[in-house]
Parts: sequence; C-alpha cells; structure tokens
Amino acid sequence: MTETSLHRRLPDRLDNPLKSGLLSWEMLLVLVAVAIFVANSFASPYFLNAWSLSDLTFNFTEKALIALAMALLIIAGEIDLSVASIIALASTLMGLALQFGADTPVLVAIGVGVGIACGAFNGFLVTGLKLPSIVVTIGTMSLFRGIAFIILGDQSYKGYPASFAWFGQGYVWWVISFELVLFAIFAVIYWVLLHRTNFGRRVFAIGNNPVAAQFSGVRVDRIKFVLFCLTGLMSGVAAVLLTARLGSTRPSIAQGFELDAITMVVLGGVSILGGAGSILGVVLAALIIGLVTFGLGLLNVPGIVMSIFTGALLIVVIALPILWTMMRERRA
Amino acid sequence: MNRLLKNREFWLALAILAVIVLVTFRFPRFAQASNLLTIFNDTSILMMLALGQMVVILTRSIDLSMAANLALTGMLVAMVNAAFPWLPIPVLIAGCILVGGFLGAFNGVLVWKLGIPPIVVTLGTLTIFRGLVFVVSGGAWVNADQMSQDFIQLQRGAFLGLPILSWFAIVVAGLMSVLMTRTPLGRAFYAIGVNPTASVYTGIDVGRTKFLAFVLSGAISGLCGYLWISRYVIASVEVAGGYELTIVAACVIGGVSIAGGIGTVAGALLGAIFLGVVNNALPVIGVSPFWQMAISGAAILLAVVLNARGEKSKGRVILRSAEGVA
Repeated sequence: MTETSLHRRLPDRLDNPLKSGLLSWEMLLVLVAVAIFVANSFASPYFLNAWSLSDLTFNFTEKALIALAMALLIIAGEIDLSVASIIALASTLMGLALQFGADTPVLVAIGVGVGIACGAFNGFLVTGLKLPSIVVTIGTMSLFRGIAFIILGDQSYKGYPASFAWFGQGYVWWVISFELVLFAIFAVIYWVLLHRTNFGRRVFAIGNNPVAAQFSGVRVDRIKFVLFCLTGLMSGVAAVLLTARLGSTRPSIAQGFELDAITMVVLGGVSILGGAGSILGVVLAALIIGLVTFGLGLLNVPGIVMSIFTGALLIVVIALPILWTMMRERRA
Repeated sequence: MNRLLKNREFWLALAILAVIVLVTFRFPRFAQASNLLTIFNDTSILMMLALGQMVVILTRSIDLSMAANLALTGMLVAMVNAAFPWLPIPVLIAGCILVGGFLGAFNGVLVWKLGIPPIVVTLGTLTIFRGLVFVVSGGAWVNADQMSQDFIQLQRGAFLGLPILSWFAIVVAGLMSVLMTRTPLGRAFYAIGVNPTASVYTGIDVGRTKFLAFVLSGAISGLCGYLWISRYVIASVEVAGGYELTIVAACVIGGVSIAGGIGTVAGALLGAIFLGVVNNALPVIGVSPFWQMAISGAAILLAVVLNARGEKSKGRVILRSAEGVA
C-alpha cells in the first residue's frame, strides 16, 4: 500500500476535462461575479457605496486566506477539515496569553505559531504515519476545538488591546482594510508559489500521480507536510484577524469555516480529486461568495438561508460543466 | 483463538469493557444493568446513523449530510404532527423514512449520474438541507406542547423491559446485518469498495449501488429525524448541529475503513457504543463535559492509527520490488 489513500480515484491522464477549459472556467467566474454585482446594485440602493463595498470584503477575507493554502493542499490530493478548529485553538491560546499580560506582538506570534504547530501535527499524522487526511483531520477537528473547550468551557476572553484590534478592524488607507491588503499580498504570494515555482509544479505532479511524482524524484511526503504546515499557518493568520475583528474569543469561534473555505476552493475550479486548479479561480470564488452573502445580507436574508445559496452554488457550478460535456457527447 | 485476537470488534469490545470496569471501580453503580441499558438507549440513534454511514463509507463515499437530513425530516414531521395531531404515528414514521430516503436519493443521483465526488455533493446538500430547515420553519421552534402525546410517548414505551427506542436500534441493526451479509446488494456494497473495476466485470452497477447506499443512509437519517425530535421534544434549526462528524467518528472507531470495503455492522455498533459509554462515564467520574470533544477526537486518531496497522497486512504484494518505493 502506498501513501496514496485508496478511496481516491487517481487521474491517470494529464488532460483533465477541466484543464482544457481552465481559462473559460475563470471567465465564467468573472461573469458570475459581475452578474451578482450588477444584481446587487439593482436590488439594494445601499450597495454601491465605497464603505459598503469595503464592509463586503470582511465577509470573506479570513476564509479566503485559508482557501489559498487549502487550494494547494487539495491540488496535491489531500484535504484539511480541521482549519476552523485550528482557529478556535489559536484564538483560545491567544486569549489565555492575554490573561498573563501578553502584548500585541506576542499575541500575533502565538496565533500564527499555534497554527503552524497544528498544521505540522496534521502533516505528521498524514505523511509520517501514512493515514488518510480526511479521517485524520476529522479527528484533529474534534481534538483542537476540544482543547479550546477544555481551556475555556462556556467562558470567553475579552479585552484585547487596541493595537491588536487594528489587525481586524483597521484601515490602511481610506476604505482599504488591513485584512484586504493582507489577503491581496498572500494571494500574490500563493499565485507565484503555485504557478511560477518548481514547488508549485511538484504540487500539481503529486496531485496528478503521486507514484509517478515519487519516481521522478519529487519528495512527495515532504511537500505534503509543508502544505499542511502552510494551511495551519494561514489558519493561524485567520485566527489573529478574526479574533482582532470580533474582540473576543469563545471556543465556538469560526464554526463551519472549513466548509466555506473548501466551497471557495472547489468553486474556484480546483479539482477535489487533485491535480488541477488555479489561485485566480479561488480568489474569484471567494469574491463571488462574499458578493452573494453581502448582497443577500442587504436584502435582510438570514445567514442560514444564504447557506442554501452557497450550497446550491457549489453543486450547480460543478454540475453544469459535467452536464454540458454529457450533452455534447450525446450529440456527437 | 488466534482469529479472535486479530478481530477488531473483539478488541473494541474489550476497550469498552475496560472503560466500564475502570469507572465501576470508583462508582459501583455505573455497571448496574439499568444504567448500562440507559446508555444503550441513549446511544440508539447514533448506532442507527453509524450503520447508515457505514454502508456509504464501504462504497468509498461519505455522507456528510446525514445530520442535516435528520434535522430537516425531524422538523417536517414535527410540523406535520403539530398541524394534524390525529395522523397515526406509524404513518409519520413511514413518511420520515420516505422523505429521508428521497433526500438521500438526491445525493445519490448527483454521485451516480453526474459523477461528482460524494464529499462535494454532501458538503453542498449539508448546507442546503440545514438552510431548508430554517425556510420551512421560518426559524420558529416546535415545542413539546405542540406535539401530540403519542408522538412523544411512542419511543418511551417499554417492550420486554426495553424502551421502544432501543428496539428500533435492535431491529435496524438486525435488518442491516441480514442485508450486509445475506443479500447480493449487501455484498455488492463491499465489492465496489474493495475493487470497483473488478465489480464492474462481475456485473455490479457501481453507480447504482452507490446510489442505493445514499438512499439507505438517507432513509435511516429520516427515521432518526423522528426519533431525535420525539426524544428531545424540540425541533429547531440547530438540531444535531455538527453531528455528522460524530457519526463518521463512530464508524472510524468501529473499524470502518475510510478507503472503503472494510467494516462490519458489529464494528459500527461498537464504535457508537464506545462514544456513548465514554460520554456517559465522563460526568460520573467528575470530568467536565467540555472534555468530551477532545476525547472523541483523540479516540478517532487512535482508532485510525490502529485501523491502518490492521489494514496494512491485508494488502497482497503483487510486485515485491515496487513495495519499498512508496
């Protein structure tokens, strides 16, 4: 038995059906985004306003930061369901440090450090012990948040310093928030990493055929380990931003973030089977989800009903190209 | 004897026994028959759900929408009961199984006809079903006083000294056991998990079999929807929130391999019982219930490490030189 989990069908050809239409996939996302944008501006008079649009970005930046790293992980054929629990644990430990008088730099270091440590733990279990990532991260999902519950119970931490709150609430210039700037920077970094470096090519190689990648001299396990650490790191960063934005920590913080992040990744055209995807697609998908939730929010649609739209969006966007191909094949 | 030692269910049963003995050491009343039966009854719903999930996992799929399905069917049946209290409960239960099965079939069709990976499909339907609970109920709760007495009391009645709820679990477990070991369909679930390509050559329709697995897990979720609501006598949007992973956890602890093809009815039942015993034991030995989540997380990780060891010996090495590479 190799390190590849058996439940996954290994794509044995490089011309993924999505890949040929990759350009058009992103085009499609742009069109969807524009359509929703226009619909929003008609639906609500409050939408076309610099501050509204700025508020809109807070809807997705934290999840989208995780989605960037998650995209690489899914392209490599693995998955991490524990990201939201990593946020909970990192946020709780930051709050704990706060009780001992930690100041802003220490808090940020703890948040990011806990994230990396949790990611490394996942990575070790998957690559070191050769366990399927989906089960491992279902386990650590309970474990990480469980530890947060042990520490905090039904209590909450409050009273974060103003200099810390700036990370989640501050603006760099006019309506451009720090969160948005950070997301833009990370998006560029991940784009370069995935599409312009050897590392990125290897990630694709692993996702398409891990055994062949191994034979070609790619250190499959090491790269997967790094990817888990990166996902942990981004969860830690998201924990800092979210905690700073909310100004408090509860163990139930960021519940359901993992599903939203994965939805962004899959909506962005990343194949859940691994081996295909782009950062641009993920960024566009994040924007679309942000637009949809914000637009519906302006129309006073409750959050739980919005989730129907995101869920349906996820299935429809994946089903449409498949249906289209099926129809075309039938005609041929 | 040797076979017994290699048996996963045997070790799991031993682990459960060990927990019970350890707790009983300090609190003799824990091992009393009545308390153990209470634990069994408390775990009944999880046992049934774990059996449904097991079938899906056997076919190399996963159903993350079970808890949301349960919440939606539960809300629907509670609202129907509140509106038409004269409807007999067996009709309502049949309705639940149908609605749940239909929701499962929706998952199944997407997996079968469109070939979308199950994790994506059920991730989507998880949020859709959960959102629909809000839509049909308008965010309102259905409380105990709106439900009919029959609706609430049915599962609390006793038969041969056991609550009816426990009997539901026993009957479902019995039916599943027959299905999985004595019918072609049951064997097909295993076959497509072990080797989908070979299954095609033996005449099994892989897509259709997966579809039926989803219908089954959906129908069980629907049944549990009624049982859950009538047990906790409240129907709301939050019912069984996050429970989908507990169900998967019970399967994993019970030795069901996430890679498909490996798992037994007894294993899934024991996995659920293990979680039930641990959750019941914690407050008894004075551990805060806030430890529950971390402990079940640790149990999942431990179980998957042990499972992986058990499975490794099972793979037959066809090309010995290729073995060392990975």
